[in-house]
Amino acid sequence: MTASLAPQSSAQDSLASRFSAALWRSPRLLLLLLLAPPLLWLGVVYVGSLIALLAQSFFSFDDFTAQVTYELTLSTYAELFSPANFDIIKRTVTMAALVTIASAILAFPIAYYAARYAKGRWKAFFYLGVMLPLWSSYLVKIYAWKMILSKEGIVSWTADKLHLSWLLDAWLSLPVVGGNSLSVSATGTFLVFVYIWLPYMILPIQASLERVPANLIEASYDLGGGPSKTFRHVLLPLAMPGVAAGSIFTFSLTLGDYIIPGIIGTSRLFIGQAVYTQQGTAGNIPLAAAFSVVPVVIMAFYLWGAKKQGAFDAL
Amino acid sequence: MTAAVTFRSVSRHFGAVKAVDSVDLAIAEGEFFAMLGPSGSGKTTCLRLIAGFEQPDGGEISILGQSANGIPPWKRNVNTVFQDYALFPHMTILDNVAYGLMVRGVDKTTRHKAAEEALDLVKLGGYGARRTGQLSGGQRQRVALARALVNKPSVLLLDEPLGALDLKLREAMQEELKGLQKRLGITFVLVTHDQGEALSMADRVAVFNEGRIVQSGAPEDIYNRPRTRFVADFVGSSNILSPSLSESLSGGRRWTSLRPEAFTLEPGDSRLSLTGTIEASSFMGAVRRIALKVGDNTIHANLPAGATLPAEGTPLTLHFAPDALNPLEDAA
Repeated sequence: MTASLAPQSSAQDSLASRFSAALWRSPRLLLLLLLAPPLLWLGVVYVGSLIALLAQSFFSFDDFTAQVTYELTLSTYAELFSPANFDIIKRTVTMAALVTIASAILAFPIAYYAARYAKGRWKAFFYLGVMLPLWSSYLVKIYAWKMILSKEGIVSWTADKLHLSWLLDAWLSLPVVGGNSLSVSATGTFLVFVYIWLPYMILPIQASLERVPANLIEASYDLGGGPSKTFRHVLLPLAMPGVAAGSIFTFSLTLGDYIIPGIIGTSRLFIGQAVYTQQGTAGNIPLAAAFSVVPVVIMAFYLWGAKKQGAFDAL
Repeated sequence: MTAAVTFRSVSRHFGAVKAVDSVDLAIAEGEFFAMLGPSGSGKTTCLRLIAGFEQPDGGEISILGQSANGIPPWKRNVNTVFQDYALFPHMTILDNVAYGLMVRGVDKTTRHKAAEEALDLVKLGGYGARRTGQLSGGQRQRVALARALVNKPSVLLLDEPLGALDLKLREAMQEELKGLQKRLGITFVLVTHDQGEALSMADRVAVFNEGRIVQSGAPEDIYNRPRTRFVADFVGSSNILSPSLSESLSGGRRWTSLRPEAFTLEPGDSRLSLTGTIEASSFMGAVRRIALKVGDNTIHANLPAGATLPAEGTPLTLHFAPDALNPLEDAA
């Protein structure tokens, strides 16, 4: 019967062709086969470990025995609000917010140029320029920045040659943002964060600007909106999904990073470093887990707020 | 009376391409002016020059008697209905229409009231709360029109406004646009490649080719007395008679145009005639279009649809009035 319906199929490919025909007849089976591996990975490995992490944070740590007490408690979360720990959270969130704002301001003109004006060869050059830093080792880049920002580095040298050392020194003598040199100041941490995460802001903004038809800008001009009003009422709202996507990257990556503040900056801890020390040196897995939950909660609020503000309306 | 828009030998070049090549034109206030031409003929660039999206490389543009050279689009009292409407997707219809007033600092109540009125004007009252994605092509077109008109421009520019609409809607919109223009008295400048649209709506038509205006005048003049082979062929369809054929008909040895609807089957008094064999005959609804082989030439004629014709391949004589022959300026 089947053979008469499919006269072209030969004996050799009959198994493969019967299989693909079966998949064609039942798209659900195909979908299931395609989705099974990623679902297993996401469900078991990814969500599973997140749940394990969450569970850990509800246990407590006995400082005397240095053992984890496996009883459900909120005392570990209460510890987060001790002045020392809460300072770490505040510091990290402030840094993440500043890095995000600075990245957005720097990225927008670059993305705008790439989306509106760059063509052919220049576009390729743009992509190369943005992506190239991502190809080299993260650690190498950070150590390079340590050199650049150090007391004998090129920044100090340039300031000296321009007779602007007084300005740099005045900045470094400020509390909180200052320090002995840029490489051991919060300013240095900020600069390196912005450098490292900038591509993650440029690319989504560029993608969202690509989708804004050029004649909407002309329409706004035509209706009497000058460049600044056109930016505020047309370009920025339409690019907002890109800015939001980029800010999710820069914000969450800064919240979780522990290497940059460890190499460049002061001895004051960030959340990532707190997690690292708590679970490594101190062995306080519950507190480390509780610290890890903080960025997750902050990001959830951040996304909720962005949605309420209409950041995804033009999506 | 000051002209709404004047061009004095205006040019706009893109590299080696002369998109607009030393164009002179004057559009009177309150006039419905159409710029007609094939794509790449410079008509759209002329429109963009008036809107301010392009700056001329040479010559001078004035709007209402004032030089517009160097004035950016947002400082011109000119509004555009864009070809694909260019509605803001992140705003409601009402905010789209009120946009021009909003950027000028008009308060919310006043501008929303004005926008409602503009929507009523284009028969879209009550649609203000919708999003652009919820409207049909014809409705978007009306929103684009309302968004431009709410600013009370002295000149309204329409860039192929009906191009994306289907035939029925297009015909309805043609009448509506013309009525709107008469009522509001605003100068309309229409860019189109559709000769029917230009002829039916405009008070005056300028035919563009290769960056220049090749002929301008009232639609009847353009249609009945085309000056060149290009105009005769582009505006409506025409039989272009070679110098030798027209010499045999009327004596003048020059290129001549002859409209297909000029022909009849009955020989009247003092009529000229052409005899040939019927090559093809097709029913077009209102008329029957036949192709007649006359020597080396193929002549097209529109005859009444009910006319009784001999079969294809047989000889036929067609008659026409001598003044239907329109001598052209092209070199013979």
